[in-house]
Amino acid sequence: MNQSLWIAKTGLDAQQTKMSVISNNLANASTTGFKRGRAVFEDLLYQNQRQVGAQSSQESLYPTGLMIGTGVRTVATEKLFSQGEMSQTSNPLDVAINGRGFLQISMPDGSIAYTRDGSLQVNAQGQLVDSSGHPVQPAVTIPSETQSITIGTDGTVSVKSQSGSSTQVGTLQLADFVNPAGLQPIGSNLFIDSNASGAPQTGTPGLNGLGTVMQGYVEGSNVNVVEELVSMIETQRAYEMNSKAIQTSDQMLQFVNNNL
Amino acid sequence: MAGARQVMKAQAINANNLANASTDGFRAELVHISSLEDVNGLSSSPDLGTGMVRTTGNPLDVSIDGEGWLAIQAPDGTEGYTRRGDLRVDTLGQMTNGLGQKVLGQGGPITLPPFTNVEIGGDGTVSIQPAGQPTTTRVIVDRLKLALPDKKQLKRGDDGVLRLPRGKTADADAKVRVQSGSLEGSNVNAVGEMLKMIDLSRQFEAQVKLMDSAKQNSSELASILKMN
Repeated sequence: MNQSLWIAKTGLDAQQTKMSVISNNLANASTTGFKRGRAVFEDLLYQNQRQVGAQSSQESLYPTGLMIGTGVRTVATEKLFSQGEMSQTSNPLDVAINGRGFLQISMPDGSIAYTRDGSLQVNAQGQLVDSSGHPVQPAVTIPSETQSITIGTDGTVSVKSQSGSSTQVGTLQLADFVNPAGLQPIGSNLFIDSNASGAPQTGTPGLNGLGTVMQGYVEGSNVNVVEELVSMIETQRAYEMNSKAIQTSDQMLQFVNNNL
Repeated sequence: MAGARQVMKAQAINANNLANASTDGFRAELVHISSLEDVNGLSSSPDLGTGMVRTTGNPLDVSIDGEGWLAIQAPDGTEGYTRRGDLRVDTLGQMTNGLGQKVLGQGGPITLPPFTNVEIGGDGTVSIQPAGQPTTTRVIVDRLKLALPDKKQLKRGDDGVLRLPRGKTADADAKVRVQSGSLEGSNVNAVGEMLKMIDLSRQFEAQVKLMDSAKQNSSELASILKMN
């Protein structure tokens, strides 16, 4: 009936999505290894009501056309994989990845998920697990009478036994992707690979462009709270403007109904 | 009738601008009304002014300093121009923007080999540290095609892409500079659009009032005729 009503509605939808992304970022401002999201918008198709350069007479052309756009839509909510802040915890089982790469976690269904959250723990069987209890891949088992654990920058895990001898019990490997932004977040700080991310390339930390592993640190969230708050204000105002557009279109129709 | 319909169309263009107030790189569509009675009295053209730039710190976000356009390949294979600079690299190593349009380099779409990090210089040079190489190794892959097409000739297609008419393309121009780590937003002037919206709604009311008086005139005429 009135096109601008529907166009403004697409604007409201888009701003609503942006608000959800911002809220999720803010809610995860202190989630270890969290990567912030960003809503990406695009304008919808245009209705070409009069072609620019059409003949206005036999000798002249219209210098401008008439293009009516049909609104906006959210193309994607992409993840931004910038490095989060490193904070020292002195916990020997906390590892942070400095640079590219993800830790591999083997899921209960046998598939592999990827994470930047390196707050590892040891389960009852001595296996190195993530905070949800899923074992790290390749599996690392810590022997029972261990005095201290050392994880080197190349991912080597070695333990010192009570007798004072040091043995290597495994290595942490990292996986990297051509397009990390194409990874699919599945919650619990985990990502799974997709067609857009490409296949994982695993390797030793510090080699082939992979980041190094830092023991005793965790990587914080990369959410910039101030930036999110500013975007929130912007989103709210844009939302209000679109609802104003709906209100105005509504008033126009109301005026017709009352006056004719 | 015609007048009210024209105003509705203008209002739709306005609403589209407002809906895209936060679409990166969006260019507003300006409405020109020469006559409300003439069907061809309403026209529109893209506003090619610059939008506000905000810093993001992401090395693949680029904004253009001052005049100039980033050349992209539209889905139909033709060359288009945009100021949207949220670039990314897909699985095949191809550089695209947030809409998935391929970004053009000096000889066609830019493709990057596997890299550890990527940087875009002020003149659009894309350099990488190839995967597995030390930080001292930097390889120049390509340079963004930055052009200065004649603004008066840039027209918007149905897909929203700005192009030069009849398949013409602009040459790369070294004068155009980019800044990495920042993004140019929409150039919609929200306050201006809100004012235009109010103005249009009043014009619409005036048109409807005209219809109303026409109705009254005809009913008065009918009653006069009836008396005789």
